Amino acid sequence: MTLIRNVRPYGEGAPVDVRIEDGRIAEIGHSLTVPEGAEIIEGNGDVLLPGFVDLHTHLREPGREDTETIATGSAAAALGGYTAVFAMANTDPVADNAVIVEHVWRRGQEAGLVDVHPVGAVTVGLQGEKLAELGGMAGSAAGVRVFSDDGLCVHDPLIMRRALEYTKALGAVVAQHAEEPRLTVGAQAHEGAMAAKLGLTGWPAPAEESIIARDCLLAQHVGGRLHICHVSTAGSADVLRWAKNRTPDLAAKAGEAIISAEVCPHHLLLTDDRLADYDPVNKVNPPLRTESDAHALRRALADGTIDCVATDHAPHAVQDKDCEWSAARPGMLGLQTALSIVVETMVRPGLLDWRGVARVMSERPAQIAGLADHGRPLAAGKPANLVLVDADAEWTVRGAEFASIAANTPYEGMRLPGKVTTTILRGRVTAKDGVATEVKVSA
Amino acid sequence: MKHLLSAGDLTADAALGILDTSDELKRTLLGREVKKLPTLRGRTVITCFYENSTRTRVSFEVAGKWMSADVINVSSSASSVSKGESLRDTALTLAAAGADCVIVRHPASGAAHRLAHWLSEAGISVVNAGDGMHEHPTQALLDAATLRERLGDLTGKRIAIVGDILHSRVARSNVLLLRTLGADVRLIAPPTLVPAGVEEWKVPVHHDLDAHLSDLDAVMLLRVQAERMHGGFFPSAREYSISYGLNEKRFAKLPEHAVVLHPGPMLRGMEIASAVADSPRTAITDQVRNGVHVRMAVLYHLLAGEEEKV
Repeated sequence: MTLIRNVRPYGEGAPVDVRIEDGRIAEIGHSLTVPEGAEIIEGNGDVLLPGFVDLHTHLREPGREDTETIATGSAAAALGGYTAVFAMANTDPVADNAVIVEHVWRRGQEAGLVDVHPVGAVTVGLQGEKLAELGGMAGSAAGVRVFSDDGLCVHDPLIMRRALEYTKALGAVVAQHAEEPRLTVGAQAHEGAMAAKLGLTGWPAPAEESIIARDCLLAQHVGGRLHICHVSTAGSADVLRWAKNRTPDLAAKAGEAIISAEVCPHHLLLTDDRLADYDPVNKVNPPLRTESDAHALRRALADGTIDCVATDHAPHAVQDKDCEWSAARPGMLGLQTALSIVVETMVRPGLLDWRGVARVMSERPAQIAGLADHGRPLAAGKPANLVLVDADAEWTVRGAEFASIAANTPYEGMRLPGKVTTTILRGRVTAKDGVATEVKVSA
Repeated sequence: MKHLLSAGDLTADAALGILDTSDELKRTLLGREVKKLPTLRGRTVITCFYENSTRTRVSFEVAGKWMSADVINVSSSASSVSKGESLRDTALTLAAAGADCVIVRHPASGAAHRLAHWLSEAGISVVNAGDGMHEHPTQALLDAATLRERLGDLTGKRIAIVGDILHSRVARSNVLLLRTLGADVRLIAPPTLVPAGVEEWKVPVHHDLDAHLSDLDAVMLLRVQAERMHGGFFPSAREYSISYGLNEKRFAKLPEHAVVLHPGPMLRGMEIASAVADSPRTAITDQVRNGVHVRMAVLYHLLAGEEEKV
């Protein structure tokens, strides 16, 4: 039994106490009596939110355990306030079959700090040519409900149509990395003034927007569920707004939105101005774009056009980042900085309140992925997947101090607002005051 | 001056300082049988070329040797580079081996910036001898030196840069330097060979070469690389040549005093008619000649102490 004292659900009203029993919220009220032998967590007036859910995480196991393992990534997730993460399929070997997804699922359970849900590949080997055994992965112990070739776009329109159709029978969603490959051959940076100055091949915004438009039309045509990964341009927000408003009847019939989308913290905060010194820590795909894109993405997240925030947490080894720009791997760490970036870009400017943060970081991603036990209301009887946030705290980012093995954070040295103080998974503390609960991992 | 990575890093004073030094070196060496100055005696200059280049590498090597520096050439085919060593490790090796200056040519834009990042602490100067599509600042300096010889002060001089702007490091460096020197620069190219975001360069972009010929003090032609010709940037070499090649008819429309530059290697018949390339109003061999003096001047400004005289 656990008692959390002195927290403010959704940052609203006077502080209350929360009693947790058998992994669920048993009671919420003022000055609850301390049950015999209960573990006490002092909330100190922190904001209480449902535990965060990340639809887009690269945990690198199997294949690149030198940069991240499921255990270290789980610790990073817990420290970032997450209670569930979706591990992308672009591992080595690729998570395109039941064996690999079950392996990832079990390793996550062993670590026990966060629910690690493997994302299954849409196509065999992420090659974009032949559907992977989606039913096999859905029916496995991992119960895969999100499929993605992330890192690569399912660019063949017929394969994408089939994926959107076929997954209807599985209650699953296809998460698309929207990047028209013919328009991004050799692309290294957002196509615009900075890329022109630096002599980097441009990654044009329409390469993303055209795929989003195509796939929204396909999803609505076949009634399949589409999720757009890491939306990065103002035009993409416009396309999504149009598509979501287009067939409200169809969406209502399906009982849930057919189209959803995520935005990454780095696209909310950072712009391609940072590329001037060619430091590949700023290299990511889709690339950092412009100030006006970042502002459009913030507005789209605030008004619900973009449903949620996802990290695209992408650990990389030093040698894959401390090199020339074109040789560097794209991606940046995100799990331990996501909340603070959302506070910086959305909460402080007044675009989101804490209920809004709960929506974009927990409730909507849980709904999109079909998680029944995450992103639930803070109410008696609901699962105790929770996060406590010190809204007023500020901290300085040090990549070397993160739980991840890799340290490739673009926020190094930045002072950021909002700090996760405690994360609770099914009533158990998984991270507290910057320390993740120790895990026993089998060799 | 610590490194020369971008022509944009040079103030007008710094650029003119290099150009004046270059002119002075040229005069000093003119007619000398022994072309050797003691200025950089005991200094080690390493050229590190990850791309094939004859004129730039030789030009730097001669420049270093005429200044009495010890010049060592490393090329990607002949060193551990072909064994897959990282750029950073190569940089640290060159530092440990005692380089005072590393001159780098690399296919990746920004490679010189990264090298400077790794080598600054060791006090080693980096000269960008061409990085991907980004910049080639010494080419811009030698072009400016050549133009000054023919046209005098470049303030207000009308200069057109013609051809593949998108992929050209020569164009980027020239736009920056010529603007710093006060020239009136315009770009002329098919729209597919102009980068998105070129507006920030603050120079006008045109697509019709013929409309500008009679108004120019200089034409700077850019190389059209073979792989671009098959990349769909324009329909055919023939059509490019018809629209943007400097043929004899176009050449005749230029004012008498106008100069023609080309960074080489030239595609005769396509970018430039042979008769134009060989005309005395074309300064292509002057560019190569001035390249040595300009690079001597750059090495001097980077490596020689304040008290030393040329």
